[in-house]
Amino acid sequence: MTLASHFSYWVTVLLLMVGLFIVMARENLIKKMIGLGIFQTAVYLLYIAPGKLIGGVAPIVGGQFAVYSNPLPHVLILTAIVVGVATLALGLALVVRIKEAYGTIDEDEILLMDARDDTSPEPEAKDG
Amino acid sequence: MLTQHFPALLVVVPLMAAPLIVFARRSLASWLIALLATAITFGIAASLLAQTMSEGTLVYAMGSWEAPLGIEYRIDAAGAFVAVIVAAMGLIVMPYSRVGIAAEVRSEEHYLYYALMMLCLAGLLGILVTGDAFNVFVFLEVSSLATYVLIAMGRDRRALVAAYQYLLMGTIGATLYVVGVGLLYLETGTLNLADMATRLVDVGDSRGVLAALAFITVGISLKIALFPLHLWLPNAYAYAPSPVSAFLAATATKVSIYVLMRYFFTIFGATEVFDARATGAILLGLSLAAMFIPAVVAIFQHDMKRLLAYSSVSQIGYITLGISLDSVEGLMASAMHLFNHALTKGGLFLVLGGVVLRCGGAGFDRLAGLGHTMPVAAFAMVVGGLSLIGVPGTAGFISKWYLVSAAMHDGQWWLVGAVLASSLLAVIYVWRFVEVAYFRAPPADHPAPGEAPLSMQLPALAMIAGCVYFGIDATWSSEVSMRVAEVLMYNPGVGQ
Repeated sequence: MTLASHFSYWVTVLLLMVGLFIVMARENLIKKMIGLGIFQTAVYLLYIAPGKLIGGVAPIVGGQFAVYSNPLPHVLILTAIVVGVATLALGLALVVRIKEAYGTIDEDEILLMDARDDTSPEPEAKDG
Repeated sequence: MLTQHFPALLVVVPLMAAPLIVFARRSLASWLIALLATAITFGIAASLLAQTMSEGTLVYAMGSWEAPLGIEYRIDAAGAFVAVIVAAMGLIVMPYSRVGIAAEVRSEEHYLYYALMMLCLAGLLGILVTGDAFNVFVFLEVSSLATYVLIAMGRDRRALVAAYQYLLMGTIGATLYVVGVGLLYLETGTLNLADMATRLVDVGDSRGVLAALAFITVGISLKIALFPLHLWLPNAYAYAPSPVSAFLAATATKVSIYVLMRYFFTIFGATEVFDARATGAILLGLSLAAMFIPAVVAIFQHDMKRLLAYSSVSQIGYITLGISLDSVEGLMASAMHLFNHALTKGGLFLVLGGVVLRCGGAGFDRLAGLGHTMPVAAFAMVVGGLSLIGVPGTAGFISKWYLVSAAMHDGQWWLVGAVLASSLLAVIYVWRFVEVAYFRAPPADHPAPGEAPLSMQLPALAMIAGCVYFGIDATWSSEVSMRVAEVLMYNPGVGQ
């Protein structure tokens, strides 16, 4: 139960916190997406690191190999990476559209413009 | 036999319809494909519910790879019940969408709308039918990604910001869920939910399991929009195109509630979740907060869509209240309210969609005098509102009745007062609409619109009529909910 034996978990927690902090503390929508990316990456580490055995090889059936690493976490994380890429792409696409509609990607400015819209009778249309 | 492949087809049919629609591209053709796919999906869901009610759990090994090595689809009465709600809502929204999205979504994007609806449907049904913890995450993301785009299709530019915010919150929720699943995998060495439940008994009390419980609860609660994690919901519902608001309000949060119930009662087990720690008390506190605070916020809204969205957050509180009681009666009330609220809120959003089409918005200034300009729609809104309050003779009354009796059965008499008091808040926010619709003159520049087109009016009125029907004859809904509660409570998903 030393710090070293739980190293990958400590890094996971650190990355989770760093990512979450960026998402919450930054006003720039692109930087928020970067934070979200770091947040998701932490999970990859959580899955992959325990799957590796020291001295373990790729799971190939053969007489000279006795110790195998668990391949399942890799497969799972491959799926998670695909999901992460899709989320990031969609998020960035939304930021592009927000920039077109509002002329800014600063969250505070956007919320300010929305508050102004709420008081004026006709909110601006997306394409206008 | 085709029947034995139904658990897989439930997901495959809408999933395959999506690329077909993208190839079709023409608005009419894509609508027809979507309509056909939802009809088939609903038929499959209904047949699965009938089958699970009579035969118990259905197990389907994907590609004939036996669990726990292969991915297993496993559906019982609880999953099939929610699947029927989701598929039925899809089937009602589809005919409505043809005219419903014409004014709100650009015509060259119509086929994308239908394709995304299919993906969303496939994802939601996949969550319900799968027996694999990681598969739940994948389907959760399939439905969520489709949902983000659907919300962003709203014509107001604020829809983009709402979708972006939901994307952030939803991804954080799903990622927390995956962390929980990862910890469970480390503890048990399996991802098959039934297998996991058995192995967790041997693992016993460990810090890893406790952390997994915490991560999964918080992650899924974000998706449920359990107070105070609901901040994404009001804007998402308010700025999404009307059929999307109706579909999401009736299905998305409900499916997440099912996942939470599954993890609490089937995977971790009620003893681990409720008896060993204060989960029940925390959930009870949050449910009560949800019943009151968003209801008060709803009273001060100036836009009917936002009002209904806040009301949704408040109604979710009733459902989680039933879960927190940790009894068959409480779970039954939850399942019942899950159905009744889907019916009520789905119906209200559908009626409102027609109103938005005619009045050009859901702000109270646009809705003034609705009782004179659109008498049928206004009356339907009032009936739906009565069901939100829980007036006898409407579906909302039945589930609140079961909730109150579950609380009394548990000896918690003060909860009866709490449910009644929060219903009074619902009276106030529904009255706000009545006041605007019936006691205000229509705006002078009002184009005197008339009722919504029939293709929108009929599905909406059918849902509202359902509110009244299931308020008078609750035999079917109570029978199925009872079964759902028993399945969740007594059959831990192990064995058949």
